[in-house]
Amino acid sequence: MKLYLKIWRQKNAKTKGNMVDYPLEGIENEMSFLEMLDVLNEELITKGEEPVEFDHDCREGICGSCSLMINGQPHGPDSGVSACQLHMRSFKDGDSIVIEPFRAKAFPIIKDLIVDRSAFDRIQQAGGYISVNTSGRPVDANAIPIDKHDADTAFYSAACIGCGACVAACKNASAMLFTSAKVSQFALLPQGKVEATERVLNMVRQMDLEGFGNCTNTGACEVECPKGISLENIARMNREYLSASVKG
Amino acid sequence: MGVLDSKVPKGPLADKWVNHKNKIDLVNPANKRNIDIIVVGTGLAGGSAAATLAELGYNVKTFCYQDSPRRAHSIAAQGGINAAKNYQGDGDSVYRLFYDTVKGGDYRSRESNVYRLAEVSTNIIDQCVAQGVPFAREYGGLLDNRSFGGVLVSRTFYAKGQTGQQLLLGAYSAMNRQIHRGKIKSFTRHEMLDMVLVDGKARGIIARDLVSGEIERHSAHAVVLATGGYGNLFFLSTYCMGANVMAAWKAHKRGAFFANPCFTQIHPTCIPVSGDHQSKLTLMSESLRNDGRIWVPAKKEDAIAIREGKLKPTQLAEEDRDYYLERRYPAFGNLVPRDVASRAAKERCDAGYGVNKTGEAVYLDFKAAITRYGTEKALMSGLNDPDEPTVKKLGEEVVEAKYGNLFQMYEKIVDQNPYKTPMMIYPAVHYTMGGLWVDYNLMTTIPGCYAAGEANFSDHGANRLGASALMQGLADGYFVLPYTIGDYLSNDIKTGAISTESPEFDEAEKHVRDRIVKLMSTNNQHSVDYYHKKLGKIMWNKCGMARNAKELKEAMDEIAELRKDFWENVKVTGAADTKNQELEKAGRVADFLELGELFAKDALERNESCGGHFREEYQTPEGEALRDDENYTYVAAWEYKGDPSKAELHKEELVYENIEVKTRSYK
Repeated sequence: MKLYLKIWRQKNAKTKGNMVDYPLEGIENEMSFLEMLDVLNEELITKGEEPVEFDHDCREGICGSCSLMINGQPHGPDSGVSACQLHMRSFKDGDSIVIEPFRAKAFPIIKDLIVDRSAFDRIQQAGGYISVNTSGRPVDANAIPIDKHDADTAFYSAACIGCGACVAACKNASAMLFTSAKVSQFALLPQGKVEATERVLNMVRQMDLEGFGNCTNTGACEVECPKGISLENIARMNREYLSASVKG
Repeated sequence: MGVLDSKVPKGPLADKWVNHKNKIDLVNPANKRNIDIIVVGTGLAGGSAAATLAELGYNVKTFCYQDSPRRAHSIAAQGGINAAKNYQGDGDSVYRLFYDTVKGGDYRSRESNVYRLAEVSTNIIDQCVAQGVPFAREYGGLLDNRSFGGVLVSRTFYAKGQTGQQLLLGAYSAMNRQIHRGKIKSFTRHEMLDMVLVDGKARGIIARDLVSGEIERHSAHAVVLATGGYGNLFFLSTYCMGANVMAAWKAHKRGAFFANPCFTQIHPTCIPVSGDHQSKLTLMSESLRNDGRIWVPAKKEDAIAIREGKLKPTQLAEEDRDYYLERRYPAFGNLVPRDVASRAAKERCDAGYGVNKTGEAVYLDFKAAITRYGTEKALMSGLNDPDEPTVKKLGEEVVEAKYGNLFQMYEKIVDQNPYKTPMMIYPAVHYTMGGLWVDYNLMTTIPGCYAAGEANFSDHGANRLGASALMQGLADGYFVLPYTIGDYLSNDIKTGAISTESPEFDEAEKHVRDRIVKLMSTNNQHSVDYYHKKLGKIMWNKCGMARNAKELKEAMDEIAELRKDFWENVKVTGAADTKNQELEKAGRVADFLELGELFAKDALERNESCGGHFREEYQTPEGEALRDDENYTYVAAWEYKGDPSKAELHKEELVYENIEVKTRSYK
C-alpha cells in the first residue's frame, strides 16, 4: 500500500520542530507500524538524509519505550496495544498518517519523536517501593496468604508499562493513572500497607512538582492505555491520599 | 596452565556456599562508603545487584542505554521463575533443581555454581514477595506454580505471562529506593563504549551520553557487567532491538575471556517469520507447552494443502496429525527441553511437513486443553452433562486466565484467533548460554571486573531450562555478587577515589573517539541494517540449529569479509555530538561482526553435539545429540589476541563429583 506520512521532525530540545511530509510505498499488511518506519528510514538513509528517530526496544508491547501519537491517538487506532504491536493491516492504501511525539509539559522533546519521560522515574523514586533490604532471611513467601482477588487486582495495576500514553491522552497532561497504578499495587498488598501513608503523599507531591496537570475524570487515559489500567486506580489513590492527609 | 582458576571452594557440595561466605573477607560498613562500584545494565541481574550493593553501603553508579532502568529486556520474560520451594509437595528439592539444571545443560555447566543457584532460588521468591511482586495465587491465598520443560515437578512461580516484567519492576523499585537515598546514581540513555584498566584492574568505563553525544569518564573500584546476551548477532531474535554485546566484548578485548560463545538457545515456540521486512521475533512462552500439544500433519499432501491455503488445520482428523514430540519422547512429551523441541520442529519442517506459507512452522494446539478445563469447570459449577459450546466457553475462560496476554499478542501479530485455530510456531534465537568466563565469585579474568546474569556463562551449560534465566539473574544480583565482591574490595579500603585523570583513561577515551571518527568517515555505501541483516543470515544458515565443519569454516571467512566491507563502506548518517541512533547501531554491529567469527570458531572447535550446539557430524542413528565426554567436558574460554580468528583457547575442565554424567534422555 501507499501511505502519506506527516511526521514531526525536531533536531534537538532547543530548536523548533515542524511537520514533514513523507510519501511511502510498498508497505504490507503484515508489517508492524515500527517496521513501516524502518522502511522509511532505510529510504531516507539511502537518500543521505537523517532517519526519523523514535524510542523503541522490545517491540513486543512490554518495555513501554514506544511513545508515538498516531493520528491524534497515543499508540494509534488499535486498542489494547502499544505502537510496536500495531500492524499495518489497521490502515489502508492511500491513508494519511500523522505521527507526533507524546506531548506534555513534563515530557520535553529530545529529538524527532523521542521525549524525555524521566519525570516518571522520579515519581517512582519518591515512594514507589517497599523498604525491604535483600537479606536472604525474610519470612517465607507463603507465610502471609493473600486473597486471590487482591493479588490479581494488584497484578492488573502492576501491569503498567510506564509508556506515558495516559499523559499524552489527557487534556490536562495528568499522570494520575500512572501514579495511581503503583500506589494501588502496594495498597492492595499486606507488604505495602506499612508505608502506605508516606508513599501516596510523596508520590503525589513529586507528580505535582514535575508539572503534570490535574485529573478532571475525563477517562481518556483508561481508553488509551495499552494495558487496560483501570480508572479505579485513580479512585483508590484518591481514597488513600485523603486518608493519608487526615493522618498525616 | 594456571590461567583459569575457578576458585571453587573445597568441601561437600551442599556446604560450599555457606562455608565460602563464612570465610571470605568483608568490608566494614564505614569503609563501604568510600568504595565506588559501576554496574552496567539494569535488568534483573544489574538492577538487583545495584540495589543490594547500595543497601550494603557502597556508592553505586548504574548505566543503561534505555531511557529508564525499567525497560531492560528482562521485562519481556514471560513464563516464570523456578525455585525449589516444593510448595506442591511433588518431591522437589534443592538437589533436584540442581540435577535438572545440570542435566538440562547437557553436562557442560559448573557443578558448584549450579548448586548454589538452586540453593538461593528459594530466597528469591521470599525476597520478591516481600518487595510486593504480585505472583499468581491460588484461591487459598498461597502461591501458585506451573510446570516447565525438562523437569517432572511443578516449581515455576509466575505472574500471568508477564513474570519478567513483575520481577524487573521489583528490582527497579529496590533501585528507586536507593536512588532516592542517593546511594545509586542512575545514568540512563548512556552506553559503555570501553573499559578502563589501571594496573591490570578494572577501574572504570568510558561511556557515551546518547542524548548529547558527549564522551564521559567514570571511575570505580570495581565494574559489574550485567549487560545480557548477544543473540542479536542473528539479527532476527526475540531480543529487544538495542540488545548488544558491546560492554562484554570491550571487556573481552581488554583481557576478559569469552566462554562457550557458540552455546545459543533457539527457543522452540516463537511466532514464525512473515517476510523480509521483519525486525524481530516474538516469543510465545514455554509455559504454553503445559497445555498446548505440538503437531504437524502426518501426511505430506495435507501439509502442502495447508501451505497452499486449501485445507485448514481444524479440518484434520486426529489420526492425520503427528504429535511428534509425544511420539518421539513419551516420558516428557511436549515438555522436553528447548533444544530438543527446536530440533524436532526443524526435522519435521525440513522433511516437508511444515505449515504456514513458508513451510517453516508447526502447530501448537489448545483444543484438548480447552475441552479438559471446560469439563472440569462445568463439573465444579454443578453442570454434570454440559453441551459442547458450554464446555468450550468455560475452557476458553480458563485458558484466557492463564495465558490471556500471550493469546492477545499472537492474535495482534498473526491476525488469527488462537482459541479457535492452532497457533503456528517456529524456533528462534532467544538466549545465549555463553558469555564472559567467571570464577565462583563471578569475577572475570580481569581483576575487579564482574559479570552477572546472561552476560556470564556459568550456570546453564549448553542449554538453559525454561524459567531459569530469571532465577539466575536475580540469584547473581541479590544473593551472590553482593557477598563475593566484598572479598575483592576488602583490598581496596585504603585506595581512595580512583582518578579519571590518568594515562589509562586518556588512552581509552582516545580509542573510543578514534573509533567513532572511523565509523563516520567511510565510503558511505550501505546502511548499518544492511550489514546486520547479512550477518544474521550467515549466522542463522551456518551457525544456527544445525552446524557442520564445512559451513562453520565458510561462516568464519564470510564474516571476516563482511567486517572488512563494513569498515570501508558502512553509512552512518548524522553527527557524533548529538542523539544519533544510527551511530549507536553501527557501534553495536561492529562488535557483532567480530564476535560472530569467534562464535563460529568455537562451534568448529567443539567436535561434539551438546545442548543447543548440534553438529551434524555427531549424532546418534535416531538423530539425537551425541556428546563426547572424554574430549569435550570443558568450558572453552577464549583469550583475545588481536583478531577473533586468532583467539587462544583455554580450557576449564568440568568435574562432576555429585552427579553421574550420562546420556541425556527424555524418552
